[in-house]
Amino acid sequence: MEGRINIPVGDWIESGVDWILDNLEPALDGIAWFLGLLTNSFEGALLAIPAWLLVLVLVGLSWWRVSWRFGIFAIVALGLILGMDLWEPTIKTLSLVLAATAVALAIGMPVGVAMARSDWLEASIRPVLDLMQTMPPFVYLIPAAIFFGLGTVPGAIATVVFCMPPVVRLTNLGIRQVNREQIEAGLAFGCNRRQLLTKIQLPLAMPSIMAGINQTIMLALSMVVIASMIGAGGLGNTVLTGIQRLDVGLGFEGGLGVVILAILLDRITQSVGLRRKASS
Amino acid sequence: MEPIIRVRELYKVFGPNPQEGLRLIEDGLDKDTIFERTGNTVGVKDCNLDIAEGEIFVVMGLSGSGKSTLVRLLNRLIEPTAGTVEVRGRDVTRMSQRDLIRLRSEDLAMVFQSFALMPHKTVIDNAALGLEIAGVGRTRRRERAQEALDQVGLKAHARSYPDELSGGMQQRVGLARALATDPSIMLMDEAFSALDPLIRTEMQDRLLDLQREHRRTVVFISHDLDEAIRIGDRIAIMQGGEVVQVGTPKEIITHPANEYVRSFFHGVDITQVFQACDIMDSENIPVLDADTTAGEARNRIAHVPGNEAVIVDAGGRFQSVVQAKRLGELTLDRAASEVAVEVEPVPEDTALADLPRRAAQSPVSIPVVDGEGRFRGLVTLQRLVEALDRSRNAAAANGDY
Repeated sequence: MEGRINIPVGDWIESGVDWILDNLEPALDGIAWFLGLLTNSFEGALLAIPAWLLVLVLVGLSWWRVSWRFGIFAIVALGLILGMDLWEPTIKTLSLVLAATAVALAIGMPVGVAMARSDWLEASIRPVLDLMQTMPPFVYLIPAAIFFGLGTVPGAIATVVFCMPPVVRLTNLGIRQVNREQIEAGLAFGCNRRQLLTKIQLPLAMPSIMAGINQTIMLALSMVVIASMIGAGGLGNTVLTGIQRLDVGLGFEGGLGVVILAILLDRITQSVGLRRKASS
Repeated sequence: MEPIIRVRELYKVFGPNPQEGLRLIEDGLDKDTIFERTGNTVGVKDCNLDIAEGEIFVVMGLSGSGKSTLVRLLNRLIEPTAGTVEVRGRDVTRMSQRDLIRLRSEDLAMVFQSFALMPHKTVIDNAALGLEIAGVGRTRRRERAQEALDQVGLKAHARSYPDELSGGMQQRVGLARALATDPSIMLMDEAFSALDPLIRTEMQDRLLDLQREHRRTVVFISHDLDEAIRIGDRIAIMQGGEVVQVGTPKEIITHPANEYVRSFFHGVDITQVFQACDIMDSENIPVLDADTTAGEARNRIAHVPGNEAVIVDAGGRFQSVVQAKRLGELTLDRAASEVAVEVEPVPEDTALADLPRRAAQSPVSIPVVDGEGRFRGLVTLQRLVEALDRSRNAAAANGDY
C-alpha cells in the first residue's frame, strides 16, 4: 500500500521457519526423538511406581528436608490429588517438568559458566535471555507445533526454551559474585582453570545456581499448562477441558493440582539449596 | 648469602595502556599526572628488593601505596608490566603456566586478609585445599592438614565449618592451609589486619612461635608499624608505589628516610624496638676479678666517667656491681667484692619498655648479660632516662604530621 512503511518481520520469520523445515529435518527429528524418549522414560518410570509408594516418598522428602508441618501438608495435598482422580495427569505434568528442566539445565548451566568467563559473551547472550523471558509464552507454541507437530515433544521444547533463562542468569551471576580473594586463594594454591571452576567457583556459586534451578522448575511448571494447548497433556489438559466446556469445577480441580505440584516442587528444591546447617 | 626472592626493576601499571604509562614514568612524570593524562594507574614503580631465606620481611605502607600489588606480583597473581621476580634464581615473570602452578602449589603459600576460606568445606578440608589441588589423596591430605591444624592450635575444630569459628580462629585455618603444603615462602597479605587488637597480638606471637619451630621466609604486608616492629626482621616502606626505605625496625626508627616514614611512628610504642643492649654502656665500665683489691678498684673507677665497676668470674660471667662510694668503707688491701652488690642481670634483648621498673627496684645500675651470662654492659640511670626521653620525642615529633 502506498505511503505506508511495512517492515515484513513476520515474513522473514516465516521464511526462516520454512528454511529450517526444508533443511534441518534430521536435526529436528533427532531432537524430537531424544525429548520424547526422555519424557516418556520419566513418565513410564513414575507411573510404574505404585501411587501410594510415590506419595510416601514425596511426604518423606517433605518431612525430612523441609519440616514436619510441611510433611503433613504433603499428605493432605497428595491425598487431595488422588481423591480428585488427577494422579495420572499430575504425573504426566511432573514428567514433562522434569524432562524439560533436565534439558534446560544441561544447556543452561554450561552457557552460564561460559558467560561468567567472558564479558563479550555475557553482553551478547543477555538480550537473547531477555527476549526468551519477555516473549509471551504462547508465541513459542507456534514454531514448536510447526516443527514437531502436536503432542508432548513440542510442549517439552517450548517449555525448555521458556524455562532456561533463570538458570543461565543465576549461574553467571553466582560465578561472577565469588569473592576476589577466594579466587586468588584458589590460584595462589596452584589451581588451573578447570580446578578453579570445579573446586572454587561452582561450589561457591552453588546457592545462586540452586535458586536458578528452583526458578527454572517453577517456570517449567507454568509453561507445561500453556503447552497443553498443543497437546502436551497432563494437568494443563484438565484445565483446558474445563475452559472449553465452561466447567468451572473441572478447571478449578486442574488448577489446584498445578498449585499443589508447584508448592511441593518449590519447597523441596529450595531445601536442597539450603546448607545442612538448618538441621544441626 | 643468595637471596631467596630477588626483585629487580619491577613495574606494574594498571589501565588501558600500561606500556604508555611505563614510558611516562621513564620520562619522570609522577603518578597523578600519568593518571590524569592517560587513565593509567601506577601500582608499583621501580621496585628492587632482596629477601633473605628465613627472614620475616614486612612491606608497609598506607592503602594505595602498592603493597598488596607487590605481594601479588611475587606469585604472579598480577602480571607485571616490566621487571623480574626471581624465586631461588628462577624468573617467575617468564615462567610457563605449568611451572608457575607448580611453584605456587609447592613453594609459595598465601594467607589473605579476608581469610578466603571455603564456607561449604569443613575446617580440615579447608586446611587441605592446597593439597587437594595438588592431587594428594584424601587420607594423606587429611593427615597433613590435621598436623597443620595442630600447629596452629585448632586440633579440636577439624570438623567444624568456618562460619562456626571466630575471626581469629578462621585466620588460623587460613594459616594452617598455608602450612599444610609445607611451603618455603609464605605471602601474608594484611593477614591479621581484620582481627581485633588482642587477637592480632596473639596471632603475631603464634607466627613467631611457628618461625622458631621451622624457619620459613615470610613476606608480610601490613599498614601497622607496631605489627611490623613486633614480627619483622626487616621492613620495607612503600609510598605511592615506590619502596622508599628498607631496613631493620631499629634503623627505620632511628633514621627515617622522610616525613612519610616518620608519620608511621605516631602512636607507636618505640620503647619496644630498643633493647637493653642498644642503650647500655659497655665501654666505660671497669671489669674486675673476684679477688681485685679495693685500692685497684678505686683506681680503675677513677679513670672512667661513671662511678661503678662490675665483678665477673673466670668465664666472664657477671657476679656483682661495685660502687665507688662503698669502696671507701674498705682498707685498700681488702677484696672489692666484700662491698659488691649482687643484683639480677637482664638479658641483652630486654625491651627498653621493661627497664624502668627494674631501675626503680635496683640500688645500682642494671647489668646486661648475653645468653651465657657473660657481662655485656651496664644500663645506668642517666642512659635510661636519655633513651626514654628520645623515644618520647620521636613519637611526639609526628603528632602534628
